[in-house]
Amino acid sequence: MNPLAAIGRAFLALLESIGRLALFACAAVSHMVRPPFYPRVLLRQMVDIGYYSLPVVALTTLFSGMVLALQSHTGFARFSAEGAVAGVVSLAITRELAPVLAGLMVAGRVGASMAAEIGTMRVTEQIDALSTLSTDPMKYLVAPRILAGFAMLPLLVLVGDIIGIFGGYIVGIYKLDFAPAAYIDQTWRFVEVHDVATGLVKAAAFGFLVSLMGCYHGYRSAGGAQGVGRAATDAVVSSAILILVSNYIITELFFAK
Amino acid sequence: MSAPREPKIRIRGLHKAFGAKSVLRGVDLDIGPRESMVVIGGSGTGKSVAVKCALGIVEPDGGSILIDGVETAGLKGAAREAVNARMGMLFQGGALFDSLPVWENVAFGLLAAGQRTRRDAKPVALETLAQVGLGPEVGDLMPAELSGGMQKRVALARAIAARPDIVFFDEPTTGLDPIMASVINDLIVECVRELGATALSITHDMASVRRIADRVAMLHEGRIVWSGPVSDIDASGNDFVDQFIHGRASGPIRMAVRR
Repeated sequence: MNPLAAIGRAFLALLESIGRLALFACAAVSHMVRPPFYPRVLLRQMVDIGYYSLPVVALTTLFSGMVLALQSHTGFARFSAEGAVAGVVSLAITRELAPVLAGLMVAGRVGASMAAEIGTMRVTEQIDALSTLSTDPMKYLVAPRILAGFAMLPLLVLVGDIIGIFGGYIVGIYKLDFAPAAYIDQTWRFVEVHDVATGLVKAAAFGFLVSLMGCYHGYRSAGGAQGVGRAATDAVVSSAILILVSNYIITELFFAK
Repeated sequence: MSAPREPKIRIRGLHKAFGAKSVLRGVDLDIGPRESMVVIGGSGTGKSVAVKCALGIVEPDGGSILIDGVETAGLKGAAREAVNARMGMLFQGGALFDSLPVWENVAFGLLAAGQRTRRDAKPVALETLAQVGLGPEVGDLMPAELSGGMQKRVALARAIAARPDIVFFDEPTTGLDPIMASVINDLIVECVRELGATALSITHDMASVRRIADRVAMLHEGRIVWSGPVSDIDASGNDFVDQFIHGRASGPIRMAVRR
């Protein structure tokens, strides 16, 4: 076997996959803005993504904020800069940790479930049934899910920001003996609207990517139960990778000097 | 009985391949208005693919599908939705939407086409459920709560709820016990007659063929090898048909192991 041919085939297959995903994303976005719309389906997805992901996002950001306060205090104590703990916690939470952790958690919870649900619909001919009932599956299944992911992740991250900073505050006050007023004052002085806004922009991008990958892998699944399982795994893995890559790209765009 | 001059559905030279595997190799089939045509054939001979081509779920590689004289092969978007609004389909596994209650499954086509509001659609759905022998209490159940036979009835109700003029049945009795299969066959005959619809069914079940067919066509290796009235099937003089209807292991038909 010619190794160059094998590399070429793999590269062409990669390009084909990227092209297929791009076309799928374009079709989904175009269906979001063209009637008919399905507000009930959209609302159900918004509740599923936003409301039911609240506990997992809240717990993740709470403990991340707490750990961050402890660790940064340990580090800053070496330079007698303990006063910076509140600022570092709030900046890290709003800019990075809340959006990335919420994105990864939602990828695990929602992305996998979207891929499994749509994948099951594919292998049990429910998607074909939609077509026979004069309903475009892209419009009915895919567009509302992607729109809901795009809209709800920023709201989840906003809640995560507050809870994460609160986690840092609890550790700061009860474990590290900060004065509550001083901690809050530090937080207010450090955090700017720009920090929160970039976190929310990242969240919207991650929400879009998680839902897109969940729908894409579910929609293309084949081969029965094994295919559905593979679609769910692929959705989570590809979402996680895309979240981390796009996080770097968005950070570079917003914060590069 | 011979095929009427102006067929409701006219399929000519239908071709479809999946990769290197050629499934349909020039299917020609005419189905007259209000006629019940049943296509028989072994597993993997392309029966379901032919129906999916007619519904626009699978795009054919070549050939023509005329419905009321209008070409429908290759239609997309709103034009395809308009054609499909006149058709109903009963899938082999039912393909009920498991996130929706039974009545919403039945009313789905009416709601999607904007023909009815949710409030108006529910009584129509319950009426259609009654037509297939299910009481109104079934309407609020979820599909997973129903037995296989009841799911088939609900799927039949969904296929006929929008009063289509063409109905497709994909192996309607597969997986059912003989009594339930007979009930479903009778319901299909009743519903199609009551709608005045044209029906195209695909099945392996010869009891079903004899009950619901006006005419029968046999598909083998992607082509129609015999067609005629159901009354002629036992004296077709066709080796493929003879082997199939008698279920003989030996004969001209060799079953493929792979799909």
